[in-house]
Amino acid sequence: MTSALKPKHQRLVLIVLAVAALIGATLLAMVALRDQASYFYVPSDIAENPPEPGQAIRLGGMVEEGSIVELPDGVSVTFVVHDGVARVPVTFTGILPDLFVEGSGVVADGSMDVSGTFVAENVLAKHDENYMPRELEDMTPDQVRETIAETTG
Amino acid sequence: MHLYANPARFLRIAKWLTPLLLVSGLLLAGGAMLWGFFNTPPDRLMGDTVKILYIHVPSAWLGMGGWTAIAIASLVELVWRHPLAAIAARAAAVPGAVFTFICLATGSIWGRPTWGTWWVWDGRLTSMLVLLFLYFGYIALSGSLAREGQSSRIAAIFGLVGAINVPIINRSVVWWNSLHQPPSITTGGSAIDEVFLVPLMVAVLGFSLLFGGVVLARMRTILADIQAEARLRRMAQKADLKTSEAAS
Repeated sequence: MTSALKPKHQRLVLIVLAVAALIGATLLAMVALRDQASYFYVPSDIAENPPEPGQAIRLGGMVEEGSIVELPDGVSVTFVVHDGVARVPVTFTGILPDLFVEGSGVVADGSMDVSGTFVAENVLAKHDENYMPRELEDMTPDQVRETIAETTG
Repeated sequence: MHLYANPARFLRIAKWLTPLLLVSGLLLAGGAMLWGFFNTPPDRLMGDTVKILYIHVPSAWLGMGGWTAIAIASLVELVWRHPLAAIAARAAAVPGAVFTFICLATGSIWGRPTWGTWWVWDGRLTSMLVLLFLYFGYIALSGSLAREGQSSRIAAIFGLVGAINVPIINRSVVWWNSLHQPPSITTGGSAIDEVFLVPLMVAVLGFSLLFGGVVLARMRTILADIQAEARLRRMAQKADLKTSEAAS
């Protein structure tokens, strides 16, 4: 039996093989990029691998509840960024984005100083994946249903 | 598969399907946006800026969906040599690029008040910008091949290879730390409250219908171009024949 594949099927097999090779190569590249392509380091990365003081890095995590302290000069603020494992104290002088609140996500550019404090030059707020109307935030599920029925009914 | 290979049959269906898709898409997308802008509450943190969601998310979906369509059409063209597949891929490229651009522009406008920056080079934003450049490359390549009257097979290979970026965009917020938030809508459910989710879904459906209508309209234009060119070429040949007869 030497009957070859139909040309149509030959092309299909060829393309499937080529695409499989392409996906394999891309996955390898993505795994290799894992650390480099991340936009920021979390506090536990910094605890594991402390960066040199003065080296520019980006720090990301959650602002610890009750940690925001405004300094007497009126433009500086200190707070603590944590990721549930480690925590890093941060100081920043400048204007904070509106979404910067305790318990929310934050990404800061800057560097560590010799005392282990992160000196931020720029602070960005990171929004989480939850979208929720303001009035519904503190309500029970039943109240929520009622309110929705009222506004949309 | 070859049922619609006949352009005449395709054109008969496209003739009534195109206006149907365009009108229903415009009504649904427009209605969902009016609903979203005037009849949904502000978000607990972002306030009224959340309303850009109703343009941003459908555009992102269609930017990626457009390239998925190009990849599927390219596969059909390469394997089954379907005559309409190359035309469908070419027709999807420009609307796909437009939606990708709208997604990037609205995301940038949204990022300024929300994150505090117009642009960052994180995984999601960068891979979406790469998609826009892929579209530009594809449009230039397929257009020049068509102008030169050459086979569109190179464009089809480009369409298939470029498709690798689509899952990268989708997974970028999961694989890498990014400023862009992780996916809100997953197989486990939605982190978007129903008051935002319902108009958003209607907007996605409406924009998708609109996208389908634009692709069909562009396919009809490309087919009409090909026909007109073939007719002109035949007329020119006839004229040539006559002048050479008259000269001899």
